[in-house]
Amino acid sequence: MSDAYRDHLGRPLIAVTGMGVITSLGQGLQDNWAALTGGVSGIHKITRFPTDSLSTRICGTVDFIDVPNENSVERSYAMARETTLEALAQAGISGDFDGPLFLAAPPIEPEWSARFALADRSPPSEQPADAYNRFLAAMRQKADPVFYEAALFGAISERLSDRFGTRGLPVTLSTACASGATAIQLGVEAIRQGRTTRALTVATDGSVSAEALIRFSLLSALSTQNDPPEKASKPFTRDRDGFVIAEGAATLVLESLEAAIARGAKVLGILKGCGEKADLFHRTRSSPDGGPAIASIRAALADAGIAESDIGYVNAHGTSTPENDKMEYGAMSAVFGEGLARIPVSSNKSMIGHTLTAAGAVEAVFSLQTILTGTLPPTINYQNPDPAIALDVVPNVKRDAQVTAVLSNSFGFGGQNASLVMTAEPA
Amino acid sequence: MKAANDVVITGVGIVTSQGVGVAPHIALLTAGAPPAVVVETERFAPYPVHPLPAIDWSAQIAKRGDQRQMENWQRLGVFSAGLALDDAGLKDDAEACGTMDMIVAAGGGERDIAVDSLIVDEGLKRNDREHLLNEKLTTELRPTLFLAQLSNLMAGNISIVHKVTGSSRTFMGEEAAGISAVETAFARIKAGQSSHTLVGGALSAERLDIILLVEALQAHATGPWRQLWSRSEGEGGGIILGSVGAFLVLESREHAEARNARIYATIDAVGGDRGSRDDGRLEQRLDQLSTAAPAGETIVFSGASGLAALAARERAWLETRFPQAPVRGYSGAVGHGIEAQFPLGLALAALALDAGAIVPPFDPSEPAMTRAPKHAVVTTLGHGRGEGVAVLTAHAGTGAEELSS
Repeated sequence: MSDAYRDHLGRPLIAVTGMGVITSLGQGLQDNWAALTGGVSGIHKITRFPTDSLSTRICGTVDFIDVPNENSVERSYAMARETTLEALAQAGISGDFDGPLFLAAPPIEPEWSARFALADRSPPSEQPADAYNRFLAAMRQKADPVFYEAALFGAISERLSDRFGTRGLPVTLSTACASGATAIQLGVEAIRQGRTTRALTVATDGSVSAEALIRFSLLSALSTQNDPPEKASKPFTRDRDGFVIAEGAATLVLESLEAAIARGAKVLGILKGCGEKADLFHRTRSSPDGGPAIASIRAALADAGIAESDIGYVNAHGTSTPENDKMEYGAMSAVFGEGLARIPVSSNKSMIGHTLTAAGAVEAVFSLQTILTGTLPPTINYQNPDPAIALDVVPNVKRDAQVTAVLSNSFGFGGQNASLVMTAEPA
Repeated sequence: MKAANDVVITGVGIVTSQGVGVAPHIALLTAGAPPAVVVETERFAPYPVHPLPAIDWSAQIAKRGDQRQMENWQRLGVFSAGLALDDAGLKDDAEACGTMDMIVAAGGGERDIAVDSLIVDEGLKRNDREHLLNEKLTTELRPTLFLAQLSNLMAGNISIVHKVTGSSRTFMGEEAAGISAVETAFARIKAGQSSHTLVGGALSAERLDIILLVEALQAHATGPWRQLWSRSEGEGGGIILGSVGAFLVLESREHAEARNARIYATIDAVGGDRGSRDDGRLEQRLDQLSTAAPAGETIVFSGASGLAALAARERAWLETRFPQAPVRGYSGAVGHGIEAQFPLGLALAALALDAGAIVPPFDPSEPAMTRAPKHAVVTTLGHGRGEGVAVLTAHAGTGAEELSS
C-alpha cells in the first residue's frame, strides 16, 4: 500500500464514499442540508399520540415515512433502509454490499398497542398484577410472531443484512446517545483490522412513543418550552431547559481509501480518528469536571494524528440540557484552551432535536457536508447567550468558512462518550 | 505457535443455577456423574426455569445504593463482571480497569409487571387507552426504572461499580449479541486495538416479560424439566431459560504474560454469521465457521437452545463435523442464556481446558470421555437467527515456547 493511503500510524486511511440522512427536516442529504443551513427547525407538536396531560408536547419525529405497522422496529428499519439506499447510490455500489454491517439501533420493547391487543384476547384477571400470566395463557392458545419480531433487538439488522447483502454477523449496538458515533468507530476498526475493505455503518432511531417521552420526562431531561415548538431547542443559551426528543437515521459507507480510489469512487471525506472513554460518575450525569469527555476528544485527536489547532469547526453534542452544554463547553475549553475562541462550534440539535441513537451518525454526515460545502450550519434560537459559555456558536445564521478538519462529539447516559474527527479528502 | 497478540482468557466470572463463581462450575465439569439440575417449576408454571443460586450481591456490589439502582438483570451482569475481574486479579487494579475495554451483550431490563398490569386492566374498561397511558405512566412509573431497563446501563453500572472505563460498548440482538461481543473483542485484541477487554452478558430468566417473548413463538418448554437433546416439538418441547451471568477477561498474550496472569486458554478463532437456514445453508455456514477447529482431542460445548428441530440439526452436524468429539449441551445443565449463551460456553470451555477436565455427560445421549481435551469448540445457534463458533486451546504453561512476535 502506498503511503498516500496510510495514516500517521501506518493504518489504512478510511474514506467516506456515500452518505444518507433522514431527520424531521426531511429525507435526503440535499433537503436536509438546505433546511439546516437555512436555519429551519424541524421541531413540531406531537401528533403521534395524545399529549394533553404531558409536560412536554413537542418533538422532532419523522412522520413522513410509510411503515406497514406503527412500531419502533418498523419505523427504525424504514428510515435505515432509506438512508442506506441513498448512501449506496452516492457511493455507486449496487448489488451485494459484501462487507460488514454496524447498526446503532434503539433498545426496543413491545408497543403498548400490542400489549392492549394481547390483553383483549387474554383471559380475565384473577388477581392484581397478573397481566403477564394472562398474556402467556393467550400466547399458549395462539402464537404471535409479529409481537415477537417487533420486540427483537436483532430484527432491524437482520432485515438490512438481507436487503443489502452485507457479510457476516451484523453488529447491533447501543451506547445510548453516542450510538451513531460508535457504529462508525466499529466500521473504522474493522477496516483497520484488515478484515474488510468496506463497512456499512448505519444509525437509526424511530422509537418516540408516549412511554419513551414520559421516561425521559420523569428524568427532567426534556424541554418543556412547548410554545412555539421550533424555539424550544436552544443550546448554549441561558434559558435552555432540556433536549427535544427526535427521530432520524443516517448511513455512511466507509471504505479503505485505497479501495475507494481503486474502484474510482468519489471520496467525500476521511474518517480520520475516533475516541471513546467511559464515565464512572453517575448513571445519567457526566463527571462535572468533564474528565471522560476530555479524554474522549483527546483520544480522537490522537487517533487522527492531528493537533488541537488543526480543528476548524466542532459539531457539538449540544443537546440544550443545562448540564450537557456546560460540561461540553468545559471539556472543549480544557482541550482547546484559548484556541477555542477561534473555533466555531454549532449544534445541529437546535434544529433537528436530539435524534438519540442516530445522533452521532446524523451529525457525522452533517460534519462531512460542512467540509464539502464550506458552509457552517448555525445554532438557531441563540437569543440569550449563557454568559458562562463563551463560544462562537455560529449564532442563528449560517456562515461560509472553509474547514479541513471537524470534531463531532457524542455523549450519552450510562457514561458513554465518543468523538469523531473527520477531514477533507486528500486532494 | 504462540504470538504476542494471541487472545487469551485470564478471568472467568460465572453465575448459574449451579452456583456462584468458578469453583462450583469446575466441580461440575470434573465430576464423575452428570450434574443434578436445579429447576424451578412452580413459580412461573407451566414454564420451568433454571433459577439464580443464592447470591450475596454485596460481595461484588459493595454499595447498597448501587444495588438499589438496578434490577436483577443488571445486578447479575455487574456481579458476574466483578467475579471475572476478581478472577483475573484485576479487581483492585485501578490502572488496568481504567484502561480496560468493555463489550456487553445485553437485552433489556425488567418491566414493572405491576404497573403494566394496572394499565392493561384499566384499559380493558376504557376506550381512551392512549390518554389512560399518559395518566398512568406519568404517575406510576418509577424514574429509576427507565435506567434499570436501558440496555447500555448494564455496562454503565459496571463502569460505576467496578471502574472499568477504557471504553464501553453494548451489543444487542439476542444470541448474536454475545457472539458479536466476543468476535469483536477478539478481533480488536488481535489487531492491537485493545490489550485487555471485559466481555460478557447476563440473563435473568425469572421474568415473565422475557418468558413472554419466547412464548410469543410458542418456543418455551412447559411442564417438567426434560433432557436437552430429547425434547420434542409440542408439549414440553422447547427452550428452558436459565438465569446466567458470564463474563470473561480477554487479554493479548503479551499483556497477560507481562503481569504474570493465569491463562486459562487461548482463543484460536471465533466467528459469527447469519442468513437463511434452508437447504443446508446453516450447515454450510457452520462448516465455514469451524474451519480452524482441530479434529482430535477436542470437546464441543454446544449452546443448543432447546428448540427441538434446531437442536437435532446441530447435533447431526456436530456428529458429521466432529465425529470423535464428545458433545456437551450446556443449556441442558444450566438453561438457555440468550445474550449470555455464547460467553457462557466460552467460560465453561476455558474452565474445562484449564482443569484438564474429563467432563461428565450432561445428558444420557452424550458419550463419555476418556481423556482430558486439548481443544474446545463452542457453538451457539441463535434460537431465531445468527450462529457463532469459537475454538479454544488449553494453555500449555508459560515459558515453554518463546513468543514468535
